[in-house]
Amino acid sequence: MQPPRSQEFWAGVRAELPLLIGVFPFGMIYGALALESGIPPGTTQAMSSIVFAGSSQFITTQLVELSAPGLVIIFTIAIVNLRHLLYSASVAPHLQRLSPAWKGLLAYLLTDEAYAVTITHYAQDDNLGNKHWFFLGSGLALWLTWQISTASGILLGAIIPPEWPLDFTLTLTFIALVVPQIKDRASLAAALAAGIAAVLAFSLPFKLGIFTAALLGILLGLLLERKP
Amino acid sequence: MSLWLAILLGGLITYLTRLSFIALFGLRQIPAWLQRALRFVPTAVFSAIILPELLLQDGKLDFSQNYARLIAGLLAILVAWRTRSILLTLLVGMAALLLLQALF
Repeated sequence: MQPPRSQEFWAGVRAELPLLIGVFPFGMIYGALALESGIPPGTTQAMSSIVFAGSSQFITTQLVELSAPGLVIIFTIAIVNLRHLLYSASVAPHLQRLSPAWKGLLAYLLTDEAYAVTITHYAQDDNLGNKHWFFLGSGLALWLTWQISTASGILLGAIIPPEWPLDFTLTLTFIALVVPQIKDRASLAAALAAGIAAVLAFSLPFKLGIFTAALLGILLGLLLERKP
Repeated sequence: MSLWLAILLGGLITYLTRLSFIALFGLRQIPAWLQRALRFVPTAVFSAIILPELLLQDGKLDFSQNYARLIAGLLAILVAWRTRSILLTLLVGMAALLLLQALF
C-alpha cells in the first residue's frame, strides 16, 4: 500500500512549514540588501529563481557593492554552493528510478531546507514508492516562500525588524531533524567532528568551512563504523 | 561581464552541482563504501551549519558576548533528543532565546 501522491505532497509541504518561519525574513533581508547594493529589482528577483540559494545570494550582493568582477561572483557562488554536491549524492540513490524530467526538477529544488526534511523522510524504514512527491511538496513550498519573501523585501524593505531572532527557528529546526538521527558512536562522532571543525574553519573564504568540515565528519563516521 | 551573465552562469553551476550525483547514479552501481558514507551526510552537514550559529558572533568566538543562542541551542538539543518533536524543539528553543535576551 502506497500513500496517495497528494498525501505525500501535502505531507512534504507541512514538514517544510516550520522552516519557512526562518526563511521568510531571510528572503526579505536579501531583497532589501540587494536593492541597497544597487542591483535592479528585476535582477534581484530573478536571482532568487536562477540561483535559488540564500547564502550565495547574500554574498553576491556584498560582491556587487564592492564592484567585484563577474568571474569572482561566479566563482564565489560555485564554491559557496559546493555542499549541494553532498546533498545530491545523498538523495541520488532514492531518485534512481525516476524519469529524467523528475530528476531535473527535484535537482532544481534541492536546497538546504528541502533536503533536511526530505532526507529525514527517506530515512524512515518503509519502502514506499511515492516519496518523490514529498520532496516536490517541500521543495515547492520553499521555492514559493523564497520568491514571495524576496518580492516583499524589494517592495517593502525588511519590515520584520532584524533584531527579532527569527533566523534562529532555522537553526532549531535543523537541530530537531539532526539530533534523532544520532543513534550510534559513529554518527555522534561525525556530528561533533563536523560541528567543531566548522567553528574552527569558519573564517575560511567562500564559506568553504561547512563543506570541508562536513567531509571531515563523514570520514570520521566511516572510520569509526568499521571498527565497532 | 554584466551582472546578468554572472548570475546566469552562477545559477547554472549551482544547478549542475545539485544535479551531479542525481544524474550520474542511474548510470552505474553505487560502491558500497560510498553508500556507507552517505548515511553521515545529513548529520555532518547540518552539524557544520548549526554549531557555528550557536557559538560564533559575527563569525568570531567572542567570550564577552552573552551565550543566549548557545544555551537555548543546548536546551533545544536536549528537547529534540528526548521528544523527537520539531514543534516542541522550536517552542522551547525560541522561548529560551527570547527569555535570555530579555534578561541580559
